[in-house]
Amino acid sequence: MSRLADKIQDVFNEPGCAANQAKSDKQRKKGCSKPLQPGGAAGGCAFDGAKIALQPIVDVAHLVHGPIACEGSSWDNRGTKSSGSKLYRTGFTTDMGENDVIFGGEKRLFRSIKEIIEKYDPPAVFVYQTCVPAMMGDDIVAVCKVAAEKFGKPCVPIISPGFVGPKNLGNKLAGEAMLDYVIGTQEPEFTTPYDINIIGEYNVAGELWQVKPLLDELGIRILSCLSGDARYHEVAQSHRARAAMMVCSTAMINVARKMEERYGIPYFEGSFYGISDTSESLRQIARLLIQRGADAELMDRVEVLIAREEAKAWAAIKAYTPRLEGKKVLLITGGVKSWSVVAALQEAGLSIVGTSVKKSTKEDKLRLKEMSPDVHQIDDLRPREMYKMLKEAQADIMLSGGRSQFVALKARMPWMDINQERTYAYCGYVGIVEMVRQIDKSLSNPIWAQVRSAPPWDEVTWEERADAANAADDRQRAIFGRSARVA
Amino acid sequence: MAQIVTSTKSCTVNPLRMSQPLGAALAFMGLRNCMPLLHGSQGCTSFGLVLFVRHFRESIPLQTTAMSEVATVLGGFENVEQAIVNIVGRTKPDVIGICTTGVTEIKGDDLDGYIKMVRANHPELANVALVPVSTPDFKGAFEDGFAATVARIVETLVEAPAEGIAPDADRINVLAGSHLTPGDIDELRDIIEAFGLAPTFLPDISGSLDGHLPDDFTPTTHGGVSVAEVAAMGGAAYTLAFGEQMRKAAVALEAKAGVPFTLLARVTGLAAADELMATLAKISGRPVPPKYRRQRSQLVDAMLDGHFYFGGKSVAIGAEPDMLLNIGGFLADMGCTVSAAVTTTTSPILAQVPSDEVLIGDLEDLERRAEDCDLLVTHSHGRQAAERLGVPLFRMGLPMFDRLGAAHQVAVGYRGTRDLIFAIGNVFIANIKEPDVNSWRSASARPDQTDAPATAH
Repeated sequence: MSRLADKIQDVFNEPGCAANQAKSDKQRKKGCSKPLQPGGAAGGCAFDGAKIALQPIVDVAHLVHGPIACEGSSWDNRGTKSSGSKLYRTGFTTDMGENDVIFGGEKRLFRSIKEIIEKYDPPAVFVYQTCVPAMMGDDIVAVCKVAAEKFGKPCVPIISPGFVGPKNLGNKLAGEAMLDYVIGTQEPEFTTPYDINIIGEYNVAGELWQVKPLLDELGIRILSCLSGDARYHEVAQSHRARAAMMVCSTAMINVARKMEERYGIPYFEGSFYGISDTSESLRQIARLLIQRGADAELMDRVEVLIAREEAKAWAAIKAYTPRLEGKKVLLITGGVKSWSVVAALQEAGLSIVGTSVKKSTKEDKLRLKEMSPDVHQIDDLRPREMYKMLKEAQADIMLSGGRSQFVALKARMPWMDINQERTYAYCGYVGIVEMVRQIDKSLSNPIWAQVRSAPPWDEVTWEERADAANAADDRQRAIFGRSARVA
Repeated sequence: MAQIVTSTKSCTVNPLRMSQPLGAALAFMGLRNCMPLLHGSQGCTSFGLVLFVRHFRESIPLQTTAMSEVATVLGGFENVEQAIVNIVGRTKPDVIGICTTGVTEIKGDDLDGYIKMVRANHPELANVALVPVSTPDFKGAFEDGFAATVARIVETLVEAPAEGIAPDADRINVLAGSHLTPGDIDELRDIIEAFGLAPTFLPDISGSLDGHLPDDFTPTTHGGVSVAEVAAMGGAAYTLAFGEQMRKAAVALEAKAGVPFTLLARVTGLAAADELMATLAKISGRPVPPKYRRQRSQLVDAMLDGHFYFGGKSVAIGAEPDMLLNIGGFLADMGCTVSAAVTTTTSPILAQVPSDEVLIGDLEDLERRAEDCDLLVTHSHGRQAAERLGVPLFRMGLPMFDRLGAAHQVAVGYRGTRDLIFAIGNVFIANIKEPDVNSWRSASARPDQTDAPATAH
């Protein structure tokens, strides 16, 4: 356990983290996540975070060491796409039973690794530690070491049991496992001055592929993506890239920074959401590559490509602006990417009435403030308040993750998925056009008038009922003195 | 008699099974104004939440005691206490259902003791019912968690009728197993009410998870059976239990309030629906209503129309014990061979599954045994196997995240069985391989195929 405690301290101390730079030593040790609140918490655990971060490595067998709960209720539930192997979609778990709990689960884990290698022959087995075996003291590091020697295959322990913290901490611990056991363990056949890493991009709904053709056209090679559509050997060879783009800083800043420290790979934080962000990211990639020896003419080609793609995207969006102008959006994301999505929406002529910043860093919030000073930054919006906002038509559409979709739908308001399970991809120039198309499709659907109409025998309309419910809510709030925590 | 076999693999591949706490949470969701609470790490709850949301396409009330590493080591009383206080403050529930998980069971948290201490510390919570249930992840399956919870709700909330008060002859308790959808429960309610009986369903997910638009948004369950209604179940004349998993609850109800019960293991198929009608006719003392006589004749006609497509087909099923018996029994009634049956946990009912062998295993086991079958029946996670095998998949059970209407799938009674014949029969029809000019040529090249019994199309 001390090894894990050290790792967590290390991650908490991350000097690359913008939020950390403003903290004292003591504050830093406490970490950035708020303490979990019993009976008032939601969201995933550290194991969840680790699995999310690494599962998009598609040819690896992801083995979850724990009782059935951890894998049995979560496998095959994320829309990250693969251009080849589908092994990552197979759910592997030791499915610990009572006997394993009493006698220890290490033997079962070892035999499970053996079975997987015999049956599926993956390039590597990733072993995820969960709460129960962590509690019992199963040493998965030792088991992985022995198994790797015995079977001649990398077996990578991912030490991130659920109870150590929230999802975000798990993302970082997954990154640590890559740094400790995978990155730098293989050499690429050849390298070019145009090799980059992309860190913190998971290829949800194939989003990486919306950008990859542009990089291909520029002759820029993604040596490794951590971890969207990645192969084990790519991650193992990623230390030979010339530059890196970090897509989601809160998830994997530790990886980007440590790769800079260890292998001299400079990185920048960028986004492929929104037209100008995409262009800026392409410029940054070119800038870093040129710094590290690529031909300066790369930048000229980047500018030509940007000019062409931006013109195409603007023209496509322009067709929608008369229909979308003035429509109001409520944005409830994990907060991690809220600023990049806000940029994208404003480019489409939509106005944003509020955005959640629950998980955003101080830097994110500042950036958002700079970009759009009028946007409400909502710290923590309860479902009931969300419902109220929608019912009072303070917004025309809500964009959020799947879990809160029914708050919008039950209020008979349009809703669009922009989270993990989304089926449409919104990256790059083509993605932003797709996103606008989807918003338009949702807003213009003829069902809205129908579902809001009262039955002919009903004397009270849904709006009147909503008004009554909201009034009652306000009265109660006045009595209990509670107020919506809207910043 | 099926032989029950347990998988000897160390590694479970593509789990069929889900954990006990989730089954427990589903049962609690059938109580009105309830908040199910999982005593464990945050992830235990968030995984379950996502799973239920994707299946029911509804907001799901589910909370966590958010056990941290330190709380896990030192004991979780404070987390349980805080969670209950916070939930009451935020959502004002009538009842909180508290389920343990693997990690808090290992620690040895004494949940029943904790609840007593919470009661002692917080007299202001006296009007909130608290139902604790032990549901370790490392034992049993979804169905076991559901069953244990219903039994616990009966033990905790049902009140024994006062001395000398005669049971209400028109009132009937219905214990509804986890193999029933909200649509199934609605159908059963219609059938029971048609006999002039007033049923109380426990749990009743038909009102809470049936996908309707409530007038107001509540963070707890909207609909379901109320605490007061559950308390009054002791005064009913009779209990009908659906599914072997409900036996423990039925026995508990009999022990506590003296209500006799009948357990119906199956609800799908002509004989099963007949037994249901006959039982209700007996309990109510009324004849089977004309509506159901007509439905019965429709079902018989559907069986005649459908048997061409079911006869001789080989089917592989992955499902929890009660659902496995129900659907497997139905398919066997229609002339299918259940060539592979995989389930999640032990149950005395498994011996009755019409298959040579029932394996307690995973979807990898099912996939290996389903190579030559005509149909795969399991929940949505069977989609990868079906794709690899090139065999059609009929989705049944939970989770069903890649199709609409999971909550409204009805498979009980005459009408439900009739519709199921059409739904599955149409899958068979859609997959009939039309012969082409080379069909018999390639068949003769494989002599083993020429001896195969002709299937009726």
